[in-house]
Formats: sequence, structure tokens, C-alpha cells
Amino acid sequence: MYEHDVIVVGAGGAGLRAAVAADEAGADVALVSKLHPVRSHTGAAEGGINAALQEGDDWELHAYDTMKGSDYLGDAPAVETLAQDAPEDTIKLEHWGMPFSREEDGRVSQRPFGGLSYPRTTYAGAETGHHLLHVMYEQVVKRGIQVYDEWYVMDLAVSDEDDPNERDCHGIVAYDVQTGNIEGFKANDGVVLATGGPGQAFDHTTNAVSCTGDGHAMAYRAGAPLEDMEFIQFHPTSLPSTGVLISEGVRGEGGILYNNDGERFMFEHGYANNSGELASRDVVARAELTEVQEGRGVEDEYVHLDMRHLGEERILDRLENILHLAEDFEGVDGLIEPMPVKPGQHYAMGGIEVDENGQTCIDGLYAAGECACVSVHGGNRLGGNALPELIVFGKRAGYHAAGKDLGEPEIRTGYGDDVEDETDTELPVQPGAAGLGTTDDVAADGGERTDGSRSSSEARSDGGVVADADGVLEQTVEDARGHVDSLMDKDTGVQHAEIRQKLQNAMTDYVNVFRTEEGVKKALTLIRECREEYQDVYVDDPSTTFNTDLQQTIETRNLIDVAETIALGALVRNEFRGAHWRQENQTRDDENWLKHTLISWEDGEPNIFYRPVILEGEEKTYEPKVRSY
Amino acid sequence: MSTQQPEQPESQEAPKDPEMRGAESAVDEKEKEDGEIDQTTADKSELEGETVLIKVFRYDPEVEGKQEPRFDDFHVPFEKGMTVLDAVMYARDHYDSSLTFRHSCRQAVCGSDAFFVNGKQRLGCKTQMADLEHPVRIEPLPHQEVVKDLVVDMDHFYDQMHTVEPYFQNEETPDSSDLEEQRQTRENREKVKMSTRCIWCGACASSCNIAAGDNEYLGPAAINKAYRFAMDNREPEDVKEHRLRIIEQEHGVWRCQTQFSCTEVCPKDIPLTEHIQELKREAVKKNLKFW
Ligand SMILES: Cc1cc2nc3c(=O)[nH]c(=O)nc-3n(C[C@H](O)[C@H](O)[C@H](O)COP(=O)(O)OP(=O)(O)OC[C@H]3O[C@@H](n4cnc5c(N)ncnc54)[C@H](O)[C@@H]3O)c2cc1C
Ligand code: SF4
Ligand code: FES
Repeated sequence: MYEHDVIVVGAGGAGLRAAVAADEAGADVALVSKLHPVRSHTGAAEGGINAALQEGDDWELHAYDTMKGSDYLGDAPAVETLAQDAPEDTIKLEHWGMPFSREEDGRVSQRPFGGLSYPRTTYAGAETGHHLLHVMYEQVVKRGIQVYDEWYVMDLAVSDEDDPNERDCHGIVAYDVQTGNIEGFKANDGVVLATGGPGQAFDHTTNAVSCTGDGHAMAYRAGAPLEDMEFIQFHPTSLPSTGVLISEGVRGEGGILYNNDGERFMFEHGYANNSGELASRDVVARAELTEVQEGRGVEDEYVHLDMRHLGEERILDRLENILHLAEDFEGVDGLIEPMPVKPGQHYAMGGIEVDENGQTCIDGLYAAGECACVSVHGGNRLGGNALPELIVFGKRAGYHAAGKDLGEPEIRTGYGDDVEDETDTELPVQPGAAGLGTTDDVAADGGERTDGSRSSSEARSDGGVVADADGVLEQTVEDARGHVDSLMDKDTGVQHAEIRQKLQNAMTDYVNVFRTEEGVKKALTLIRECREEYQDVYVDDPSTTFNTDLQQTIETRNLIDVAETIALGALVRNEFRGAHWRQENQTRDDENWLKHTLISWEDGEPNIFYRPVILEGEEKTYEPKVRSY
Repeated sequence: MSTQQPEQPESQEAPKDPEMRGAESAVDEKEKEDGEIDQTTADKSELEGETVLIKVFRYDPEVEGKQEPRFDDFHVPFEKGMTVLDAVMYARDHYDSSLTFRHSCRQAVCGSDAFFVNGKQRLGCKTQMADLEHPVRIEPLPHQEVVKDLVVDMDHFYDQMHTVEPYFQNEETPDSSDLEEQRQTRENREKVKMSTRCIWCGACASSCNIAAGDNEYLGPAAINKAYRFAMDNREPEDVKEHRLRIIEQEHGVWRCQTQFSCTEVCPKDIPLTEHIQELKREAVKKNLKFW
């Protein structure tokens, strides 16, 4: 067993920042990550990081833009915290050596991005995330923070009180990818989940193969609700063949979108008469697909993004990386031809429900970065707002987990008296656990909560023993070993790759940019099938050395849980808000839907409830307005 | 998409010693193309609808049938735009789920899928199948211990990166609560720009003969990392000197014999050899001061 004060799971921007903060607050901290830190997906971020740095700009404008961009589903206390902390935290990156692009006077450059009223996106060429990731890792090395890399975290060790709000998180269980050893990691003060997005739930995504929603699924099964999962951002400019992203920076610098008739459709077809290409992402993604659906797409699939007119010098200065991506992955020279682009799954606005301090309703369990929902992005994230979220809320979660006082949060978490229960949405299938029969079934089940609860409750009925931290952890380790053994022991059945592909196709076909009630129900039915097939999953590779077959099999189980919450959210929210477009209900319904969708895992099935959005900020209330660009 | 009927991979023995394996292929390749760019046997349109053959190195110390290193053949249906990574993923997902390799971003930024493809270090995700001579031979990076199949032990590489103290060491930064950044000229940023692009893929170190013969040699990536800081104007002179002392040590820059192999394979086009040379010059300049 390993033991530390604070254990951070995941070493992308959010995890690294959390670890540095916890270290600064005096904690003994460890990072546990399935990838070596510099391989994390934050490295793929291109466009930049929003912070009100210049005179003429201020945090209030940033907060306002973010609330508007969120389609009024952001919580004002979180949004204001983001806008207030981002400038100092961005400058801190600069002090740590981040090679931001520079102006003539040596100051950091900023550029315009979609949905921003001021050019406040600070950037390092078109590879901002790469630099952020490396700079943060350098700080971790500098501080000598312990890193367990290529350790796959399987589960959280959480006590089993009936009410999740009373549960405690005591640590994690992980296995060493290189050797197959399964070990417990005890966290004396707290566990911070920073496991990134769940993009692999979709077939066409800009996300890395490692983005499998592990943290989401672990927290969910431990009892922390997932919030606003239906809000998935589809980025308007991904390359059609691979999903590789072409940064919004291209449009920020003046890139133009054309349809097959050579029309600048954002204006000519009236999608965004003021902002055109720089309208927010949901607006542009819908516009592109509408063009394709109405027969004005190129090869019936995509549209063109043209940056040739910006001139070679400017492109090389600010967007050089884009030239490489277009060339390497689509065989297109962006200097002499337009680039093909179409919408691709890009970002999850929703995630593990946390407050401004990064804390979930489970004591000692924190989440930060893309796996968390604090909620700053609401229905739609503005470009350049995820990276500041990583550093602002990663820092806060790290501090708080290490015991630093950050004041009382205004955002509430977990099931409580301020929530509204779901009543009457008809579901096509029974979501949640499939077959809880034999031990083998339980271990390979798509939805069992394996956090020590089974045996500690058994212990309780036997003799009233409440498991202590060590007991909970040991039990979780034992469960995890049993789980792995049962997967490895089976030698026939279905392989995860088949289930994963089916799941990805279901989500891409039915829970994409445009959604219908019928389609989402179809998706839920297919997800149910995946869950049932998963009962029969087996791992073919017998090795304990670097068994990626085993790892992907466990990831696939997580994807099933996460995909189900996305589809459930998309079904119950029968309105149109931000990135969530419903064919039957094409208006935003503020009267009924200024609230967050929350889904928690209770007794083997999802429970849906709602919590009102907080629109009151420090000084003012953000009144919902029509979102026009 | 449904799973296709798995094809039985055809196996051939590979040299047992992982070191030998790399060396042997490197020789093959040298004879074939002598450093020239790859010849293309088929252009994209010719391959359309075809099946391409990849020969993949297999080894697992733990599984009886795989302890003897070998090559497995996989016939993969070609699709336009298919990369080497796509091909091995296809083979894994459809024919043999135990086929093991690192990968993540699919866009040349995470650095995890550097392989030895047709005798050259390349990123799998950045290498188009159509641009290679067929059949395509895929092996783990030479000069590194093979953990399993295409996965090599990167610990030594990381240790070398850490040796150069890869973090900013300017303690006297302006007060960040005043939102005051350090000024850096555009020229200076431009100067360090290429060096900051390293993704730690390890291709350069794997291609370097000197690194292969001298385990303590810092190697091109670590020296480039030192360059990234030493040339950044934001760090003060005394820190720069400290850095030069690190790279100037016995197993530092002077070991480099300007063979350019690192520069040739770097997927981020970092002029590594040039950076090493420049540091040599800096080191000489500094030393002159003390004479
Ligand atoms: C192509 C692309 C471009 C983007 N560009 C921008 C931009 O310009 N500006 C912006 O603001 N945002 C951008 N975003 C969004 C932003 O980059 C991401 O939201 C953010 O980087 C996520 O960071 P993270 O730290 O939460 O997670 P990640 O960086 O994904 O890190 C997740 C970490 O968790 C680890 N992990 C996961 N599961 C486990 C497990 N089970 N056990 C152990 N470890 C685990 C991984 O190893 C990894 O270290 C972009 C996103 C993409 C995909
Ligand atoms: S210098 Fe180039 S080849 Fe070497 S590790 Fe960095 S990116 Fe890879
Ligand atoms: S998969 Fe990330 S560099 Fe190739």
C-alpha cells in the first residue's frame, strides 16, 4: 500500500496544477496517471487561454461573455471565480517560463476568439496546450513531486453510508500497467480526480484515445452525481478523416468558412449576421451541418475553411502548427488551398458535480479540469475557457484538498433539499446495471459500484463493524483484484473493441449536434445492448505485462456508464440550449429549464434530479437574454 | 462496424537480442536507400481498396509463445489517409487484441508512438502508409529495452531529461498579483521556439550512435531541453552559466559527433544538431572568460 496526503489522479493541465498547489500548501502529494504526464491530452490544445490581462478588458467582461456563452446555464459564483483568478494564474504560467507569443514590446500577445467581447485569448502559437502541459510538468519535476506514471486507476475507495453526502473517500486502487500489480493508495487528506474528458464515447472526436471518462465513471459509481452531461461540444473545425482539430484561432485570425457554392454562409445564409465565423461554437457547428444537409456541403460531408488570404507571414507566425496538421493528416497545404472541416466531438461541458473549491458531495473527493463540472461552461463552452479552468480550479482543488481555507462555497453539491426530482420522462429501456447474479457477473458488470461497499455492509450486518479507512481501502483492492481475475479467467466471449465501436457509433448517430427524441431513445437502447454484451466481455491477452487489452476493457465499461448519462440527459432535457439542440423543441425554455441535470448512481441504476442555476453573482445578477452573435 | 473474421497472423522469427534487431534493420535500410527519402511503391489511389501488409515485431517476456521475438504479418484493408498507427490499431482491434503499443493523441503531439518503421524512427500517427515502401516493417525503437511488442522502456530517456534540470529557474519574477509579465522579445521567443516543441518521443536518442554506445551521454533531447532554457532571455546570466556547466560535463555536448541522425528523425523538425553545436560554442565562450 502507498500512502500520501493528497493523491491526484491524472496528470494533464488540471492534475499537474492541482499537485503543484497541494505541494505549495505543504502536503505530501502524489500524481497517479495512466499516461506519462507529458502524454496527456492537454498537450493537444491549440488556440489559447482566456484571461483579462489588458487595459480596457476586465474580469467582469470575461464573466459576462462566459455567462452569455453558457446560455445561462453557468453558475455565476464559478464563472466569476474563473474570470477573477485567470489573469494571475496565466501570468504565473508566464513566470514559470511558458513561451507565450509576444508583442513588439515584449508583452504576451492576445487574440480574438469566438464569443469574446475583447481579444483576451493568450496563446503560444497554435500549440498553447503543449506548452502549458510541459511547463506544468516542469514545475512538478522542480518540486520533486512523486509521479506514478503508467498506473491505471480503477476505483475509488469510498465508505458506504447510504447517503453519498456522508461518504468519505480514503484513496484509490490502481494497477501498474508495466507489471500488472494492483495496489491501494491511501489518501490521508483527499483525492483529486483530473482524468480529462470522455470524448471516446463518440466515433468522430478531436480527443485522444485515452479520453475514456474514467474519472467520471469512478465518481459516479461512488455516488457523486454527474452534472449536465447532455452538453457536449462539437467543434466546428475538425478534419473529416481523423477528427484532428483545426484551432478556432484560424477563425480568430480571420479565417473564412465557405460552402460548396463558394458562399460565405455564416453571413449569406444568416446564421450569425454580426459575428459570422466567430459566433460561438454551437452556432457554427449547426450552420455547417445545415449547409451539408441542404446540399451545399463539399462531397456531401464538409465545408471549407480558408486562411490563404491571411498571408504566409501571419500564418507562420501564429498558426504554423495548423499547416502541419492539415498537411500531415489531410494532405492539404493550407497556404495554397482551403482546408476541409466538419464538426467533431470536442469537449464535455458537464462532468462530476463540484463546488468552487473543487469538492464533490463525498468528503475528501475532488475533481478538476474537463472531468469536473463546476459549472463555468453551462450549455456551451467558449473557446479558450477550458485551459484557464484547468489552472484556476486545478489550483483550488489542490489547495483545498491540502487543507487550505478557501472560504465557504456558494455552490451546493449532492442530493439535498434544494433539488427537484425527475418525474415523468418515459425511458425506452431500463438503464443501469445489467444482471447482478453470480460473482462473475458482478465483477464484469457494466455498472456495479465496487468501492468496498458490498463487503463492508456485509461486515456490518454481521457485527456492526463500520469499515475504517484502511478497511475500506483493503476491501476495494480486493474487489479490484477479483474484478481483474474474472476478466482474465474467461477465455471466450466478446471483445471490448466490438462493444466500444458499437457504443461510439450509437452516440455519433443519435446523440450528435442535432438530436431527436426518437434518436436519443434509440441510443439508450443500443447502450443497453452494449451493457448486456459487456457481461460477456473477456480479455484475450494473458499477459500481466503492459496489458492494454485489459486496460481498454475496463475503460470500455466506463464509457458505457458515461455514454448512458449523456443520452439520459439529452432525453430528459426537452428544450434547446447551448450545444443541446432538440428537433422537437427548438426554443430555449427558461421557465422550466434554468436548472442543471444531475444523474447519480443509486442501487445499481441512474437517478435523475435537478438543481437551479445560480445567476446571482457578487455584484449583479446575469439576466438571461437572447443569444445572438 | 462488425469484427471481421480474425486472420491468423503469419509469424517469422526475429533476432533474439533486441539490440541486434534494431541494428540489423538499420543496416538493411542503409543499403536500400542510403538516407534518401522513402521510395513509394504505390500512390494513394493505387492502394485504394487494397489490403496492405504490415510486419510487426512481437515479444512478451511473460507469455510462453512470445518469449522468442518474432515478426507477425497482418493484412490490413487500406483506407485513404491511413497512418501506420491506424494500421496497427486495426490489426489489434480486429485480429489480435494482445498487440501492444503506446498511443494517445493521434496528432503528433503526445510523443507516445515513436516506432522503428522500415528502418527509421518515426511517429506512427504522423506517417502515412501510402508514403512507405511495402510491406511495412514496424519495430520498437532500437537501443531501448523492449517491454513488450512495440513498447520500450523510456525510463532512461526520462532520467536524462531530468538531469538537465528542465525547469525555469528565474526566482526573481515580477509580482504576479500586479499582472506583470516578464518581457521577452519576439526575436528571443523565435530563437527558442523550435526547441520548445519537443514532445519527448525519444526518436532522436534512439537514432543516435553515440547514445547507443555511451549510456551516460545526455543525448539530443536532453541537450535540446537545456538549450531551450539556456537561450531564453528571461533566465538570468548565473542560471545560464549553471546550465552550461551541466551540458558541458564529460557526457555532455562534446560527445556529439554531428552525425545529424537525431535531426533527421525528429518529427518536430527541431534542428537538434545545430542546437548542440551552438551550445558547444557558448560553452567555449564561457570558458574563455575564466582562462
Ligand atoms: C484538440 C483540442 C484542442 C483544444 N484546444 C483548447 C484551447 O485552445 N483552449 C482551451 O481553453 N481549451 C482547449 N481544449 C480543451 C482542453 O484542452 C481540455 O479540456 C483540457 O486540456 C483537459 O485537461 P485535463 O487536465 O482535464 O485532462 P487531460 O489533459 O486529458 O488529462 C487527463 C489525465 O488523466 C489521466 N487519466 C485518465 N484516466 C485515468 C485513469 N483511469 N487512471 C490514471 N490516470 C488517468 C491521463 O493519463 C491524463 O494524464 C482543446 C481540446 C482538444 C481536444
Ligand atoms: S527532440 Fe524531436 S525526436 Fe527528440 S524527443 Fe524531442 S520531439 Fe522527439
Ligand atoms: S499518438 Fe500521440 S504522437 Fe502519435
